[in-house]
Amino acid sequence: MDFTDTPQEAAFRAEARGWLEATAEPRAYPGETWKARHGDTDGLARAKAFQAKKHAAGFAAITWGTEYGGRGGTAIQQVIYNQEEGRFLVPRGYFEIGLGMCIPTMHAYATEAQKQRYTPKALAGEEIWCQLFSEPAAGSDLAGLRTRSVKDGSDWIINGQKIWTSGAHFADYGIIVTRSDPKAPKHKGLTFFFLDMHSPGIEVRRIKQVSGASNFNEVYFTDVRVPDAQRLGAVGQGWGVSITTLMNERLAVGDVAGPDFDEIFALARAVELPDGPAIKNAAVRERLADWYVRQQGLRYTRFRTMTALSRGETPGPEASIAKVVSASKLQEIAGFAMDLEDMGGAVLDPALAPMRAAFQEALLYSPGGRIAGGTDEILRNIIAERVLGLPADVRIDKELPFDELPSGSAAPGPGARRR
Amino acid sequence: MNFAFSDEQQALRDQARKFLSDRAAPARVRRILESDEPFDRELWRGMGELAWTGTAIPESYGGAGFGYLELCVLAEELGRSLAPTPFSSSVYLATEALLLAGSAEQKQRWLPRLALGEAIGCLALAEGPRAPHPGNIETVARNGRVTGAKLPVVDGDVADFAIVAARPDGADANAVSLSLVALHGAGITRTRVDTVDPTRSHARLAFDGAAAEPLGQPGAGWALVERLLDRAAVLFAFEQVGGAQAALDMARDYALGRFAFGRPIGSFQAIKHKLADVYVAVELARSNAYYGAWALATDAPALPVAAAAARVAASEAFYLAAKENIQTHGGMGFTWEFDCHMYYRRAKLLALAIGSTPRWKDKLITRLEQGEAQPQASRAET
Repeated sequence: MDFTDTPQEAAFRAEARGWLEATAEPRAYPGETWKARHGDTDGLARAKAFQAKKHAAGFAAITWGTEYGGRGGTAIQQVIYNQEEGRFLVPRGYFEIGLGMCIPTMHAYATEAQKQRYTPKALAGEEIWCQLFSEPAAGSDLAGLRTRSVKDGSDWIINGQKIWTSGAHFADYGIIVTRSDPKAPKHKGLTFFFLDMHSPGIEVRRIKQVSGASNFNEVYFTDVRVPDAQRLGAVGQGWGVSITTLMNERLAVGDVAGPDFDEIFALARAVELPDGPAIKNAAVRERLADWYVRQQGLRYTRFRTMTALSRGETPGPEASIAKVVSASKLQEIAGFAMDLEDMGGAVLDPALAPMRAAFQEALLYSPGGRIAGGTDEILRNIIAERVLGLPADVRIDKELPFDELPSGSAAPGPGARRR
Repeated sequence: MNFAFSDEQQALRDQARKFLSDRAAPARVRRILESDEPFDRELWRGMGELAWTGTAIPESYGGAGFGYLELCVLAEELGRSLAPTPFSSSVYLATEALLLAGSAEQKQRWLPRLALGEAIGCLALAEGPRAPHPGNIETVARNGRVTGAKLPVVDGDVADFAIVAARPDGADANAVSLSLVALHGAGITRTRVDTVDPTRSHARLAFDGAAAEPLGQPGAGWALVERLLDRAAVLFAFEQVGGAQAALDMARDYALGRFAFGRPIGSFQAIKHKLADVYVAVELARSNAYYGAWALATDAPALPVAAAAARVAASEAFYLAAKENIQTHGGMGFTWEFDCHMYYRRAKLLALAIGSTPRWKDKLITRLEQGEAQPQASRAET
C-alpha cells in the first residue's frame, strides 16, 4: 500500500497543475462557486471561454480517443486532473451533463458523421447539451414518461413536457426520450432522439428551487419537429438507450459538494455554548466523530476506486455509495451547524452569518442532493439489487400496454400551482 | 496510488479463508459456545503451525517476519469466521506490548513461544464497569509485585502471562506502569467469568503480591497503553469488518431464500434498504480500516487518528450488521439454533474489548484538535 503517484502519474499531475496555475484562479474563500463570483450571464460566457482553453490544452476529455478531440489518456489521469482542478475556482454546472452523459450516449448510437459534427464543439464549450428525461409523472419511474413522438414523413413530431432539466435555459442541444407507442408495454414503446433546443415549439421555463436559485427548468414541447436522422437507437428501443445514458450518470455522480467535516469542526471550535466551547461538549464531539468517519470512509473508498483505475481494472461496487452517504451528511451538518449557532442560526445574510452563511445555504440546497441523479431510495434499490443481488420488486407495469396502466392523477408541475 | 492488498497478501487471504471455513466452521464455533472449553485448542494449534501467531514477529525471535498488512488480512478472516481462539489477546495485545516495550530478555523469553502459539498472553487493563484511565486504576505495583483485581481480562483464564496496568506505589496519582506477570505463579487467583459472548473466554484476575517485572518505563505506562490500543484498534477493526461482512452475507442469503406474501423477503424495499445501509456501513468501515492498515504498517504519524476512525467505523458497522441480520431473520434469528446470535454477541464484545465507541469517538476528536491529522489534504479530491 502506498499513496504515491507512479512516475507517469506524477508527470501528468505536474502538467495539469502547471496548466491550472497559469489559467485558473484560486477561490477567494473556501466553498466559493463560479456562479457566486461571476453571476448568471457573465458566468456562462466566462465558462465557455475557460472550457475552450481547457479543450485546447487537452484536459476536456482525457479518456476519449484523439479522433474526436480527446486526449486518449487513462481513467487515473482523469481522476488526477479532477483532484488538481478541485483546488481552483472553475465552472461547474455547464458542461458536465453534455460531456458526461449526452455525448457518450451519442457515441454509442449516433452516426460517424454526427459524432464528428457534435463532439468537438461540445468539448470546446461552444455547444452546451442538456438531458430531457424526467417528467412531472415520471421521476424515479422514468419509464412512465408520456411525452409523445409521432412519425410524420421523415420527421417526428414531439408533444409533451419535461422537467428538472438542468441547463435547458442555456443549452443548444438535448437528448430526449419519448413515448412513440402507448399501446406497447411501458418499456417497449419508447424512442430516443437528440434535438436542437432552438427548434420552434420548445418553451423553457425556469424553476425556482427551495434555495432560491434556478438551476433547472420545465421544458414544454408543442409540435416540435425532429428529423428521423436524429433518432438514437431503433424505434421502440429508447429504454435501452436511456440505460446507456443513466449508466454514464452513475459514473458522473459523486460526492455532493458543500460544507463538510472541516467546516463543522472549525465552527465547533469557534462557537461558545452555555457550558463552554462547543468542541468540548460530548454530544457535539460524538456527532463530529460520526461525520469525520463517514467523510474519511468516502475518501478512502475513492482511493480504492483509484487503485482499480490505476491498475486498468473496473472499479468495484463500492463506488456506488458516495452520493447516498454524502448527500445526507451534508444535510445533517447544515442543520447541526445552525443548532450550534442557536437563535442566530436562522440568519442567511452572508455578511452576518458565520462562514458566509455556508451552512444556512446548505440547509436550503441539500434536500436536492438526496433527489437529483437518483434519489436516496433508488440508490438503495440499486445497491440492494446490483451489489447484493437481491431480487427486483414485484411489478404490475411490465407486461400491460402503457395506456392501460393505472396512473392516478398526473402530478402537477410547479407552474400548475401558480396558474 | 496503490490502496489495495498485494497479490501475495490476497493469496494469504485465500489460504486463510479455506483453512478457517473448515477448521472454524460455524459448528465448531458453536461447540465452544455450548461447552466449557475456553477456546478451540485444535484450531489454535493449526494457526500456530501456519505461523499466523508469529506473523508480525521478527524472524530473529522465531516469527514469520511478515508485516502488519498480512496480520490485517488474517484478522479480517478470523473475524469472518468468529474463530474462538485467544488470537487477539495474544497477538494484537501481548505480542505487540512486548515488541513495543519489552526488554531484549523479555522478548527472547516470550516471543519465540508466542510466535508458535505455545504461549498465550493477554492484557489486564479493565477494573470493572468503568472506562480505565490513569486516574482510576486501583491495582498497585510495588517492589516487583502487583496487588489488585482486573475484570474482565479477555483470555485471562488460559493465558501464560498478562500485561498488567497498575499504579506505581508512591508515584503521582496519574502515573501508570505496565508489568509483565507470569500467571502460573503464586499470589494469583483466576476465576472464569461469564460474558455476553461465551465463544471467547474471560476471567477475573486477582493479584495478591504476585511477582511482576516492569515492562517499559515505570510510570510512563499510559502512553504505552494508548500506543498499544491504537495499533490493536486497526487489527480489531479488520476482525470487525470481517464479522460484519459475514453477518451481511448471512442476512442477504436468508432474504433470498425466505418467502413471505408469495415472494422472497429480499424483494421488499424494507429489507433491501436495510441491507443497503448495512453494505454502506461495511464499506465505509473497510475503507477506514484500509487507511488504518497503511498507517500501522508504515508507523505513520497519522496512526492515532486513523486507528480511532477505523475503530469507530468498524465497531458501529459490525454491530449494525449483526443486529439487522437478526432482524432480517425474524423469529428464527432470535433462536439459539440459528447462528445470528453468535455475530451479535461477538459484535458487542469486540466493540467493548479495547474501549467503547463513545470513548474512541472522544479520542478521535481530541486527536484532531491536537492536529494529528492526516498527511494529505482532505478536501481537494473529487
